[in-house]
Amino acid sequence: MVSEVIMKKYILGRILGIIPLLFGISLLSFAVINLAPGKPVALENSLNPRISAQTLLRLQKLYELDKPLHERYWNWLKRAAVLDFGRSFGDNRPVMDKIAERLPITVAINLLSLLLILAAAIPLGVRCALRPDGVLDKSLTAAMFFIFAVPTFWLALLLMNFFGITLRWLPVSGITSLDYEYLSPTGKAADLFRHLFLPVTVSSLGGIAAMARYMRSSMIDALAQPYIRMARAKGLPESSVLYKHAFRNAVMPLVTILGLSLPGLVGGSVIFESIFSIPGAGRLFYEAVMMRDYPLIMAEVVIVSLLTMSANLLADLSYAWIDPRLRDKR
Amino acid sequence: MKEEPLLLVKDLNVVFRYPGKEITAARGVSFAVGRNETLVMAGESGSGKSVTALSVCGLLPEQSAFVSGSARFDGAELIGMPQKRLRSFRGRRIAYIFQEPASYLNPVYSIGEQIAEVIRLHRGAGRAAAWKEAEHLLELSGISCPQRAARSYPHQLSGGMNQRAAISMALACRPELLIADEPTTSLDMTTEAEIIKLLTRLKKELGFSLLFITHNLAIAEHIADQVAVMFRGELVEYRMKEELFASPEHAHTKELLAAYEKVGRFIEG
Amino acid sequence: MNKTTLTGICMVGIMALAALAAPWLSPCQPGQIDAGSILCAPSSSHLLGTDSLGRDVLSRLIYGARISLSVGIIAVGISTILGVFFGALAGFYGKAADALIMRVVDVLLCFPTFFLILAAVAFLDSSIFNIMVIIGLTNWMGPARLVRAEIMALKEREFVEAARACGAGNLRIIVRHMLPNACGPLLVNATLSVAGAILLESGLSFLGLGVQPPVPSWGNMLTEAKATLGVAWWITVFPGSAIFLAIIGFNFIAEGIRKDLG
Repeated sequence: MVSEVIMKKYILGRILGIIPLLFGISLLSFAVINLAPGKPVALENSLNPRISAQTLLRLQKLYELDKPLHERYWNWLKRAAVLDFGRSFGDNRPVMDKIAERLPITVAINLLSLLLILAAAIPLGVRCALRPDGVLDKSLTAAMFFIFAVPTFWLALLLMNFFGITLRWLPVSGITSLDYEYLSPTGKAADLFRHLFLPVTVSSLGGIAAMARYMRSSMIDALAQPYIRMARAKGLPESSVLYKHAFRNAVMPLVTILGLSLPGLVGGSVIFESIFSIPGAGRLFYEAVMMRDYPLIMAEVVIVSLLTMSANLLADLSYAWIDPRLRDKR
Repeated sequence: MKEEPLLLVKDLNVVFRYPGKEITAARGVSFAVGRNETLVMAGESGSGKSVTALSVCGLLPEQSAFVSGSARFDGAELIGMPQKRLRSFRGRRIAYIFQEPASYLNPVYSIGEQIAEVIRLHRGAGRAAAWKEAEHLLELSGISCPQRAARSYPHQLSGGMNQRAAISMALACRPELLIADEPTTSLDMTTEAEIIKLLTRLKKELGFSLLFITHNLAIAEHIADQVAVMFRGELVEYRMKEELFASPEHAHTKELLAAYEKVGRFIEG
Repeated sequence: MNKTTLTGICMVGIMALAALAAPWLSPCQPGQIDAGSILCAPSSSHLLGTDSLGRDVLSRLIYGARISLSVGIIAVGISTILGVFFGALAGFYGKAADALIMRVVDVLLCFPTFFLILAAVAFLDSSIFNIMVIIGLTNWMGPARLVRAEIMALKEREFVEAARACGAGNLRIIVRHMLPNACGPLLVNATLSVAGAILLESGLSFLGLGVQPPVPSWGNMLTEAKATLGVAWWITVFPGSAIFLAIIGFNFIAEGIRKDLG
């Protein structure tokens, strides 16, 4: 079919489009490295007295601070292309190993949050759309106003205090209990659930509110379309009219919005993993920043942005794939 | 006793109520469509003809539109009938086609899927059988490559093709009454003529009554048995076609006829 | 001006006044350490209690308002200026400039900027000035899009043609004839962004990477909240509420203006 060829072209185009993007990220990252005020000596004096002469030498070697800028960039690019970001200042392990250990946890938690956002926001938004200005709709609007105004890390602290310390219902740190190894499979699952409940819920709240609001207006738009009148004129039951004809149209644009909400979610990982002591990539990044572990910081910035952007691209592509109108374009 | 006509509308009123505002869209409308008859309802836009047609099957928004009066279809009173029962009439015994086929077809489902949906719903057919029937209906509506059209989405087809698809969908359950709400208004002249011809042929082949709504009396001359003229929510003239064209009574009818003649002359010249 | 705007202005106004009048208003010096009254619960001598160094929470909150509000407002000033500049450039000149700028905007919008900000803070010093600049530099995409859209819409309008016919230069046309039309939406955007910037600053400071102690900011006052969880609720509750109320205030203003704009 013609549309398949067009689709392949579109995907190829989007993937090729990532290349200048990658170039942009690398340039930006490199610029940040070179923002570090001037010479390594200055670094030693002004930024961090903990950096020893030896590390400075290593730093100098890693970033080849004695070479001209363009040469340095080229070399850095060559190494970054094969994911060689050097060794951590902290324990001298390859930074890629350290990230590879931690990243799955962060990815898993963010996926859980995304799932929760979708599972909560879609039905909520649809309900509100069925009765605009009804009780549920008005409470959602009000709730959203508050949710957007609450600093999420503060909310996390309050909930931690309430559920973890006052009520003692939920654990407040880590992702597993000390006796995790000895638990039965169901016990393990329950333990994980108890540990992840608060971090996942709190990090999803903003997304739920925003997405429910979006779903609501999208559904209201869809319900006002002529094809809904046609669906009713065909004698379809109301459930079919709503959940087949209106819903499918309303839910599709949500994919792109979901993609756009990713950066916030991923950025939030740093804060939530620190608060809940979750050994993920976000906390690793926080520790790296606190210790000014430059190779680790740079590697994480590049890898996390790459992942977020790929996920974003994936969202756009799946939107183009599920919407027949976009399938034929470009 | 004389048999009651298929659709008998008596003293139909439609009032839209919004906060602080009340609009009467149709006032005391009465008409009848007999079996295999064609009634053309003409009038300028906003005269209440679409509202009348939609109210017959309970398709107006229930929160704001208040319908009173009577509309009997084959002996059953439709006004005030619960939605659940109305649904067994809609699509099966009374079918609709609308003005802009592209927007009245769901953009995210294929044409075949949307036609098959009605067949599965009202005739209890299986998936494969319904799809086959959909292809057959498309062919019946004069689409030359029905297999391909069935797999297409509305945006991939022309306006004329989409209207043919909508007609296939409407006729899927062999309805007794087809309500066509300005089905040719958004189409160009050539396509308009084709669709009119198609409806005339299908009416002859399948046998159904037609309530055709238009602002263009030229169409009435081709297809109508009777013509009803609406003006500001009221039926101002309702007669056999020949009589109406020979001696229009109401001023609005004369206006519509004059416009038609002007347009006609413009096209001929 | 409607009720929503007024409520917001009152909330923000009270905080701003308190911040300005901090030296007269606050009962103690914000940095005054008192080993004798560590983690005291709210009482008549310390209305909102004391922290783990015995410092008066109320005084630190009032001084913290200075930092948090000014970081928010100045950061947004920077991002709005940048956004207007790039948006006008893209919208008015179109073609390559537009393609390039909008590409950068798209990239930044799907970029986890929080990582970038943290990295920048790690390499630079986390001075208040740097934080304002960094937040400003990473949040100009919104106003840029707004201004671009407005200018693109106005480009073909008669009054612009008329101004051009009268010999007005490009800069004059943009500044005098186009930007005023974008003022309303820009104001809404800026007000919302101040709330966002305050939130961002508090997050950074909470992590210990924003405003550095002993200078008090609402965010860094919460840093010790986790350690005192279950022991001293006032350490968590008050600074958090201050952030919450400030953001609600700015959001009210934005919401009110949006309503007035229709």
